[in-house]
Amino acid sequence: MPVRHDKDIPIWRRRTTARKWGVWGLWLLGTAIFVYCWQLISDKTIWMFVWDAPTQAADLASRMSPPKWGYMSELWRPLWDTLNIATLGTLLAILLAVPVAFCAARNTTPSALLVRPLALFIIVGSRSINSLIWALMLVTIIGPGVFAGVIAIGLRSVGFVAKLLYEAIEEIDPDQVEAITATGANGPQRVAYGIVPQILPAFAGISVFRWDINIRESTVLGLVGAGGIGLQLDASISTLAWTQVSLILLVILATVVVSEWVSATIRHAMI
Amino acid sequence: MSATSATRTWKRPALISNPKWRWAIWIGAGVYLAFAFGTLEINWARLQEGLPRGQRFLASFFPPDFGSRADSILDGILESLWMTVTSTVIGVMISIPVGLGAARNLAPRPIYLLCRGVVAIARTFPEVILAIFFVKLFGFGPFAGFLALSVGTVGFYAKLLAEDIEDMDPVPPEAVLATGASWFQWLNYAVQPQVIPRMIGLAVYRLDINFRESAVVGIVGGGGIGATLLTAFDRYEFDSAAAILLIIIAIVMAVEYSSGFVRRWVQ
Amino acid sequence: MLRLDQVVKEYKTGDRALNGIDLQVPQGQVLALIGPSGAGKSTLIRCVNRLVEPTSGAVYLGDQEITSLGSSGLRRARRRMGMIFQEYALVERLTVMENVLSGRLGYVGFWRSYFRRFPREDVAEAFRLLSRVGLDNMVDKRADELSGGQRQRVGIARALIQNPELLLVDEPTASLDPKTSRQIMRLICELCRERTLAAVVNIHDVPLARMFAERIVGLRQGVIVYDGTPEGLSNQVLTEIYGVEDWDASDTGETAPSKPDPTRPKSKPDVEHLVGM
Ligand SMILES: Nc1ncnc2c1ncn2[C@@H]1O[C@H](COP(=O)(O)OP(=O)(O)OP(=O)(O)O)[C@@H](O)[C@H]1O
Ligand SMILES: [Mg+2]
Repeated sequence: MPVRHDKDIPIWRRRTTARKWGVWGLWLLGTAIFVYCWQLISDKTIWMFVWDAPTQAADLASRMSPPKWGYMSELWRPLWDTLNIATLGTLLAILLAVPVAFCAARNTTPSALLVRPLALFIIVGSRSINSLIWALMLVTIIGPGVFAGVIAIGLRSVGFVAKLLYEAIEEIDPDQVEAITATGANGPQRVAYGIVPQILPAFAGISVFRWDINIRESTVLGLVGAGGIGLQLDASISTLAWTQVSLILLVILATVVVSEWVSATIRHAMI
Repeated sequence: MSATSATRTWKRPALISNPKWRWAIWIGAGVYLAFAFGTLEINWARLQEGLPRGQRFLASFFPPDFGSRADSILDGILESLWMTVTSTVIGVMISIPVGLGAARNLAPRPIYLLCRGVVAIARTFPEVILAIFFVKLFGFGPFAGFLALSVGTVGFYAKLLAEDIEDMDPVPPEAVLATGASWFQWLNYAVQPQVIPRMIGLAVYRLDINFRESAVVGIVGGGGIGATLLTAFDRYEFDSAAAILLIIIAIVMAVEYSSGFVRRWVQ
Repeated sequence: MLRLDQVVKEYKTGDRALNGIDLQVPQGQVLALIGPSGAGKSTLIRCVNRLVEPTSGAVYLGDQEITSLGSSGLRRARRRMGMIFQEYALVERLTVMENVLSGRLGYVGFWRSYFRRFPREDVAEAFRLLSRVGLDNMVDKRADELSGGQRQRVGIARALIQNPELLLVDEPTASLDPKTSRQIMRLICELCRERTLAAVVNIHDVPLARMFAERIVGLRQGVIVYDGTPEGLSNQVLTEIYGVEDWDASDTGETAPSKPDPTRPKSKPDVEHLVGM
């Protein structure tokens, strides 16, 4: 198709004329949208501050160093809370996500007309809303503390775990389930023997991976009062205790690196 | 034969074959859970107090109140959308050189290490923490949020781009190299076709993530819908909050739906 | 023993896979079902234990009508019919023993089966069957570590531990090499003889069917076009079943037209890019 004849000499071209114009049009449209958005942001920006930022940054850096190592003794407990928020939150999410996933998967849902859309909506709703916003909500409703953090992480992770899990359920090999059915097994037995063994590796991988993400997310929940090391971060920033802030950032860094390593190791061991 | 096998018993082989380890892990997990629950410090009185409030919150979804704060909601949502678009575009643009540099099969050692370092730093901190600092440096407003999201995008996108390049099928690139192509020609003809479809899909996906994150950076002053949401919760204006949440969910659903189209289109 | 009465199956897509099948299989008879691809062999077998729901007609096992049973009655009826699959359909991530014991699921309650606490006799029977099919020392191997022939042996043991009256066998050898195919067919026939089991065996390999079956039924486009002894399977009959072909010129019948083994790629939980999901 994209060969044009020019005085009987075929000229190869990458795209047909219409497609070429289409691609150009898309680029133009994209650029226009970008420029427009940028314009609006730049209108709301005080550029003086921006040009001043390098000096500010240097100033901040000098005030942040050296980290106040002595403050570490006060960070162990928040760190423990952070770990618990991530772990218990992940457990809560798993508990809630398993039934949701089975309701959302096309091949296991009890009703494709009623239950499945509901399950899918739970998944989208949970995923759309950041854990920090879940925490904001829960702190307003049930009060500040670690417990609100656990619930927030749990509610945010339900959608993630359920979505990946239901996709895994939809990809199982139906022959294996059919063979179990043919032995005269009942419904729960079909799930336990035909489906669960097939999705178990995916399930474990998803859970560990989400735990890793949750460690990262639970470090900031304290900003809205939902417990963990974010509380100390918030307090130190508002009291301008910059040497404490730098120590907290280092601790967060270390935690994230360790959790990522743990999760990668476990996932590798499982394959 | 049957005499001996009749007495044989069978137990399912355990996941962890060493019984010492198995017990240690079970007991360890039990002890951890006990301690973790022990230090949760649930305030039951406060929880009880929260129940009617929670009910009021749920009730305010039926129907949500889009009207009374329409102006600030619209403002916040639009600001979030601008931030999403600009940060995705800029982030992806920066990610391309960084990602190429962070691919082991492409970049020389020092550049590889440098780019990997950039990616690692950009990945480590949650966008909110970045936003806190950018607000300190650049003042309140969407610019700080835009920067935070852009850095987050680099950490996400450059890493995946690098991994994609490292995982690519090595035969076609070799074939192109064998024709005597220059480095840029090689990039254009051998690498680009293999990674582009997935990367376009991932860019749309990152757009989705950036929109969701844009709702958060506002909580620390980085612009976007987050500030409006924070105010709504602080004033217990649950019906406005419900409206905002529903709008966020709707936009995320729309982006996700259209990303399906984009992915099919680039395939 | 097994009786099909005017069984019709029309799929939702409009394919009429079975077009009024009448068939009777007495106890202890090994029946080979042959026919071209798409003739409806698998559909027929699946209509018997209602993995596929027949559109009309009736299926009787003994004097019980299968087609009118409710779900728990159907489960009880399924215990009486063992099924063996082409691609083995073992639960890949369970061990050989668990796969064999899964044949007892219809007899055991959920929690017992969940905790793998099967009755002592069942376990003993499983050991006996495993040694009968020659897998003595593979008890705790995972099913996905076995070769095709070994997997099919596990599949046979799983079907037999149901203590069935009837075996439904869907192309047991299509994924196996010629030698293993014969071994597996021989094993199935021997076991049927030992236990006077009836069996309906779908098979593509006509020489193999001739060698092992007492009775051959030819199916074409959902209709039975031949029903008789292996000796009666003349070239003319083969042409009627499969269409025109020079049956003597080729000896391709020796090797089954094996379908490629659909080896699923091992799903590595690649989740790195899902961070923000
Ligand atoms: N699930 C299904 N949905 C719709 N049509 C089907 C389904 N399964 C089978 N069919 C159709 O029914 C007809 C018979 O298929 P069946 O699988 O029974 O053939 P077969 O004789 O077992 O073939 P093969 O030798 O290839 O296994 C075919 O035309 C097929 O397209
Ligand atoms: Mg078939």
